Amino acid sequence: MWVEQGFNPCVASNYFFGLSRCGKPPAAEADMRGSLAAGLKSLLHPAFLKRILEDLLIVITATQAPEKYQEIFDQFGSRVAAQPRWLQSLRQEAFARFAETGFPTTHDEDWRFTNVAAVSKTAFELAGLEHVKQEQLEPFGVSQFASRLVFVNGLFSADLSTLAAMPAGVQVGSLAAQLKNDPASVEPHLGRYLNFQRDPFAALNTAFVEDGICIAVPESVVVKAPIYVLFVTVPGSTPTMNHPRNLIIAGKSSQVTVVEDYVSLGEGATFSNAATELIAADNANVSHYMIVREGDAAYNFSTLRIQQGRSANVATHSLLLSGALVRNNVHPVLAGEGSECLINGLFMANGRQHMDNYMLVEHASPHCDSRQFYNGILNGQSHGVFHGRIIVHKDAQKTDAKQTNRNLLLSDEAQIDTKPQLEIYADDVKCTHGATIGRFDDNALFYLRSRGLAEAAARHVLLLAFANECLDRMSSQQVRDHLEKLVVAGMPEAARFEGERSPEGAERNLEEVG
Amino acid sequence: MSLLEIKNLHASVNGNEILKGIDLTVNPGEVHSIMGPNGSGKSTLAQVLARRESYEVTGGSITFDGKDLLEMKPEDAACEGLFMAFQYPVEIPGISNAYFLRAALNAIRKYRGQDEMDAMDFLPLLKEKMRMLEMDERFLNRPVNEGFSGGEKKRNEIVQMAVLEPKLAVLDETDSGLDIDALKIVAKGVNAMRDKKRSMVLVTHYQRLLDYIVPDFVHVLVNGRIVKSGGPELALELEQKGYSWTEPELVGKR
Ligand SMILES: Nc1ncnc2c1ncn2[C@@H]1O[C@H](COP(=O)(O)OP(=O)(O)O)[C@@H](O)[C@H]1O
Ligand SMILES: [Mg+2]
Repeated sequence: MWVEQGFNPCVASNYFFGLSRCGKPPAAEADMRGSLAAGLKSLLHPAFLKRILEDLLIVITATQAPEKYQEIFDQFGSRVAAQPRWLQSLRQEAFARFAETGFPTTHDEDWRFTNVAAVSKTAFELAGLEHVKQEQLEPFGVSQFASRLVFVNGLFSADLSTLAAMPAGVQVGSLAAQLKNDPASVEPHLGRYLNFQRDPFAALNTAFVEDGICIAVPESVVVKAPIYVLFVTVPGSTPTMNHPRNLIIAGKSSQVTVVEDYVSLGEGATFSNAATELIAADNANVSHYMIVREGDAAYNFSTLRIQQGRSANVATHSLLLSGALVRNNVHPVLAGEGSECLINGLFMANGRQHMDNYMLVEHASPHCDSRQFYNGILNGQSHGVFHGRIIVHKDAQKTDAKQTNRNLLLSDEAQIDTKPQLEIYADDVKCTHGATIGRFDDNALFYLRSRGLAEAAARHVLLLAFANECLDRMSSQQVRDHLEKLVVAGMPEAARFEGERSPEGAERNLEEVG
Repeated sequence: MSLLEIKNLHASVNGNEILKGIDLTVNPGEVHSIMGPNGSGKSTLAQVLARRESYEVTGGSITFDGKDLLEMKPEDAACEGLFMAFQYPVEIPGISNAYFLRAALNAIRKYRGQDEMDAMDFLPLLKEKMRMLEMDERFLNRPVNEGFSGGEKKRNEIVQMAVLEPKLAVLDETDSGLDIDALKIVAKGVNAMRDKKRSMVLVTHYQRLLDYIVPDFVHVLVNGRIVKSGGPELALELEQKGYSWTEPELVGKR
């Protein structure tokens, strides 16, 4: 529907032979900055000037931020004084790291397209548990899920949660409770995989570990129905932050589906900084869904760190629908031979929203497959980012990694930055990546209209089709149907768009094979 | 009253005049064939009829069922009962054939003040039409035209026509590229839809189609003009002599 060439798979054995020595294959530098407001126009664009100013500002403020956080961290220490000692020191270490680095700036390659000045400049207080009534959750439309766990400002709410009967041995509940009742079950896993050296937000999250969802499925146990976890952020009169920390442990040959859904109850400045460690033991089968649909003044940062054992099969699906600034980190490590990971996502940005998807797919064992598919729909003056990094370690022979990022720009002022980054240190691998940036295809629009669909309806159908590419990769019909509803509800404004066409180059295809 | 009346139609694409004064009258129930060499403007005529905006009408008029067709958007023309089978049907990944066609039928039904059809009623209807075109049921849930062979795409166009039941069907080279079995299936589908009221314009490059769908009239389009009109026998003459005899001085200039 959007002009796109096929992706030519390339067996890279010859191409990359010997490159491990020079460390960085040429494709690592490939940077595809695609913007319709390209060239001169973008240089003169106020947003560009604003960005320069913000860059200057952030250099000044970055180092100040941690001091403010020191105070909060110290106070927080008394709130979680009962935590086990190993966790206390993990938190200390993480905070020390954050204090050292401060917030990232756009000079940092991993943050090149996303300016977090708005977060670092705001004085967020640590949020506490707010009283929320069951009726207030109705608009979120999740009552059809039998297992529904609700966290308010990152803290478990037993009153709002329901849990369907689970097979014997399955543990589903609050991490805080688990830390209290059986810390030994948590200790081997928590903080073991999420690297807080690399990412200040991961450090901050680890420094403030308090509560989150904790799921453990024993060997060979199958949990069929999705476990739905609703994270409700309640804005206060002043800006608040919360740092949910989640742990999902799927035992050998087990199966489980988990949904994380981040929502806001009302408007106001909030900073949700979540992290999830998902451990899929050998031959486990895990589906993970991440929904972000917070308010217009919400900053949502999250990291999903996946550790996969031998033949483990993990599918991660992200749906970003709203929020002032969303950063979605997905970091699977295919550590066991023959493991498979699907990294699927859809982001739909409107207005001035900024949505950044940072993928870091690590192939650490032979014969693993990874598939990344991200579709972006950008309207208004929104800004989307897709940064797809693939690292193939030395021993990961026969790696098969594929990455596709397709973007649909619905307005002249919307912008997308898409950047593949391949680092390949094995010599017998197959890695392909491709990105497209397009607009509505006139041929497809005309085809639909010639069958009787009004123009707005035809646009709607094409958007749905574009979204369906992602929705159709979801294996849980129940979750898929739910997400389709959210997508459709987020869509009408876009479908009504009637902007001018750019005469040439309305569709661009950026593709490279590495 | 005629169903379609084209008078002195001029049309341009990107500033180039392609249609240079077309006159054509189609009465209810008639089947007209328009034949012509490559690039003569056949598809341009079809696209203008289907109201593609990038084809600019620079002169003349088109009346469809008593209304000014040139005032209509593509969706209005469709809702008024005009259907164009594309020479190159468009692939739409992510939307199933069944979903798409039900949306189309309901848009048209709504326009006509009829109730929308739910999936329960629609599916048997669609399946019946697909059987007629010998299309496997698995095409129901396949994305529109995606990965279809050329022949499957063309048959899918006729399935759409059969479901939407237009007053006027314009088939743009629906026969091209079909093997003989597929051609017979398509012809059977088209013939099944012929009746006293429904009119058809068959745009074709090859006379062969007319062995299976016998038209009432044949027109020869060369360089944006209809240079000759006649009965079915004209098609045979074209087949034997080629297009060059129809208006040598014009053809020679291209
Ligand atoms: N979109 C277009 N842009 C430019 N020229 C076009 C376009 N469509 C058709 N033409 C030109 O118009 C003429 C007629 O084309 P067409 O109607 O497709 O012919 P036919 O269907 O009879 O083969 C050709 O010379 C073709 O190159
Ligand atoms: Mg043609």
